Amino acid sequence: MRVISEKHDRKVRPAPSGPVTRAERSASVRPAANGHGVCLISVPNISCGACVARIERALIDCPGVVAARANLTLRQVRVTLTDANTDPSPGYEALAALGYTARPLDPSDTEPASAQQDGPDLLRCIAVAGFGAMNVMLLSVAVWSGAEATTRDTFHLISALIAVPVVAYAGQPFFRSALVVLRGGRLNMDVPIALAVLLALALSLSELLQGGDHVFFDAAVTLLFFLLTGRYLDQLMRDRARSAVTGLARLSPKGAMARGPDGSLEWIALHAVAKGMILHIDAGERVPVDVRILHGDTDLDRSLVTGEAMPVAASPGTELEAGTLNLTGGIEVEVLRPVAESFLAEMMRMLSAAETSRSTYVRIADRAARLYAPVVHLLAVATFAGWLLVTGDWQVSAFVAISVLIITCPCALGLAVPVAQVVAAGRLMRSGILMKDGSALERLAQIDRAVFDKTGTLTTGTPMVTSCFEGEAEQREASKALAMQSRHPAAQAIAAHLPEVACEVADAVEVPGFGVEGRVHGRRARLGRARWVAEIAADPQAATGPAFAFEGAPALSFDLSETLRPGAVDTISDMQSSGIPVTMLSGDDAARVAQVAETLGIAEAHHGMTPARKVGVLEDLRDRGHRALMVGDGLNDTAALAAAHVSMAPSTAADAGRTAADFVFLRDGLDAVATAQDVARATARVVRQNFGLAIAYNCIAIPLAVAGLVTPLIAALAMSASSILVIGNSLRLNGKRAAAPLQSVERGPVAIPA
Amino acid sequence: MTILTLLIPVTLVMGAVGLGAFFWSLHSGQYEDLSGDAERILFDEDDKPLAAYPPGHSGTTKEKTP
Repeated sequence: MRVISEKHDRKVRPAPSGPVTRAERSASVRPAANGHGVCLISVPNISCGACVARIERALIDCPGVVAARANLTLRQVRVTLTDANTDPSPGYEALAALGYTARPLDPSDTEPASAQQDGPDLLRCIAVAGFGAMNVMLLSVAVWSGAEATTRDTFHLISALIAVPVVAYAGQPFFRSALVVLRGGRLNMDVPIALAVLLALALSLSELLQGGDHVFFDAAVTLLFFLLTGRYLDQLMRDRARSAVTGLARLSPKGAMARGPDGSLEWIALHAVAKGMILHIDAGERVPVDVRILHGDTDLDRSLVTGEAMPVAASPGTELEAGTLNLTGGIEVEVLRPVAESFLAEMMRMLSAAETSRSTYVRIADRAARLYAPVVHLLAVATFAGWLLVTGDWQVSAFVAISVLIITCPCALGLAVPVAQVVAAGRLMRSGILMKDGSALERLAQIDRAVFDKTGTLTTGTPMVTSCFEGEAEQREASKALAMQSRHPAAQAIAAHLPEVACEVADAVEVPGFGVEGRVHGRRARLGRARWVAEIAADPQAATGPAFAFEGAPALSFDLSETLRPGAVDTISDMQSSGIPVTMLSGDDAARVAQVAETLGIAEAHHGMTPARKVGVLEDLRDRGHRALMVGDGLNDTAALAAAHVSMAPSTAADAGRTAADFVFLRDGLDAVATAQDVARATARVVRQNFGLAIAYNCIAIPLAVAGLVTPLIAALAMSASSILVIGNSLRLNGKRAAAPLQSVERGPVAIPA
Repeated sequence: MTILTLLIPVTLVMGAVGLGAFFWSLHSGQYEDLSGDAERILFDEDDKPLAAYPPGHSGTTKEKTP
């Protein structure tokens, strides 16, 4: 069996999250209006309208549920309960019964409320600006077509009455941002925008009072409308990506079951866990803090720490890092360090340090503004001085200088970047790639190095059975039956591999760290570590992989190996042939790393990397002037993801990894990396063209303005035309050859001794 | 030209009504779940939009529908 379908692969992968305790669910219910309780549930696998209907119908039938509303965009369900003390568990069970992963959504997980409010606020501003623009334009057209004397003055007056409140309301986002930046002694695009809009308004008001011909109310309001649209698109794209990323199941535990002095178990919140406490950690739960095992044997998934998915056996005395997943047995543990000093907290500190060092990146639009704003302002001042010298009339000079500012208001420039990035984000999303913000696209277009993690990134991180004994049907049935008793990834891989129907097992016992034992058709049978199985088997020689044996019969073994992600080979070879050297960093041992590196043709591969050393490699690259792309999953990669120039993570990555990465790809194939890079480069090209268009526009418009030839009509035409050109150019990104559907060549598993 | 004294206020009122309708629809949560609402139109049962109440905002809940 050499071909592994995507579906098969998914079945083998263990559920991304452990079970949620009842106490944790109850804690997520919040009181709402009318005495009802409300809880928000994150359901990452809602995918269509049918899911929405099924979920709502199932929830409404649950006891204590008043209303349920599924949100397909945010992949959340809002459940209204009769009161705040109602237990929401039946709802979770109903969702689980339908096959949906459900986790309580802590409001602290989502962005602060202020960020969520920005979207509607901007929409309101756009609506107001749109209303103003339409009405003022209607009056302006009448003036341009030849309204005269009193009619014209009346129209100007009405325009002013509309424009002043509209600018005061809809201009706020720009005024606020410009104020903040000016206080910091810097300049961004919002400074010339705010200045142009305010001066246009002031100039028009003074013209109005003197009964002049030229008022710019329409320019001020339409400018705001265009620019707000650009800003809203920018916002929309970021929100959508962010909600999808945070909506995926959370991995870090919110609390723990503590053993009291009287032996009772009680759920306590994470921050209340103190050093020396005794905790009980069930099979399938994550270790919340750094602990030492007191009682119990188990297998551990330390993939968040080392990046490796193969379980490690643990017994009393073993020290566990926070974030480790307890797989097979319940354990009693003693807390070694307070939460703030745990391995997880240490990782978070490293992460924030890495993030601060990256925040020095300046977005293209801001870099343009740094050049553009002073030039434009100086030009306006020079125009004023020039006209004053020549004509000696300060009023005319002021009019011309302000018209220079209005006509150079960076409307096209303000749209140049966001529109291109929104179109690119839409295209990426169709290819299953989510993006955090626009600057990530700019950074991705600049990379000259690529660094990949091994387990979970280049490989799927889940073991697969590559070869299986040629035994009789009875032995295979018994193997499957025993394998189904365990949560161990190797057992799950075996259960998924064997097509037989499992037979009855009696007295099945899982011996943590060794395997599963039970009685099949009255005979004792074992499935697990080869040496342990050999204890009851006829032949004492032990194989390397897991084995199965009936008592007194020969032992039969399975071979487990890692599988490459689909598209990994092509992606790596494409990158290297396009002049981007690829490096592999892994926490795994030398032999396996070398084997994967050889299969993929990667020359530079580092093994045994700790999180700190991964960061070290990336910082070293940066110091040598390289711009590296980091692709990784796992908590051990988190700090490295943040330290890289730009980073990507698969959606199966650890939660912290997804948060730290700039891009998250939802599909299994690694070709998402190449797709994202293509889109990023195309976007960078379009952005450059847009800047070219905006500059060309300015080259024509500025001389006209300096010469004092700009009338409100010319300003309106020129500004709209340049904006439309830029938008049209950006839309071309959509038409470029659509991302190839994910039909990459499936590769057989790479045999790596487990 | 006196007709303008009537027409301009009428234009403004119509615009304001449209603006008000947009604000109302925004407030009533019709933009909360655009992709979900696109699917909901296909449901057989009568389905009303959920009253918007973001955290900290008081609002009303939809009563249980059969």
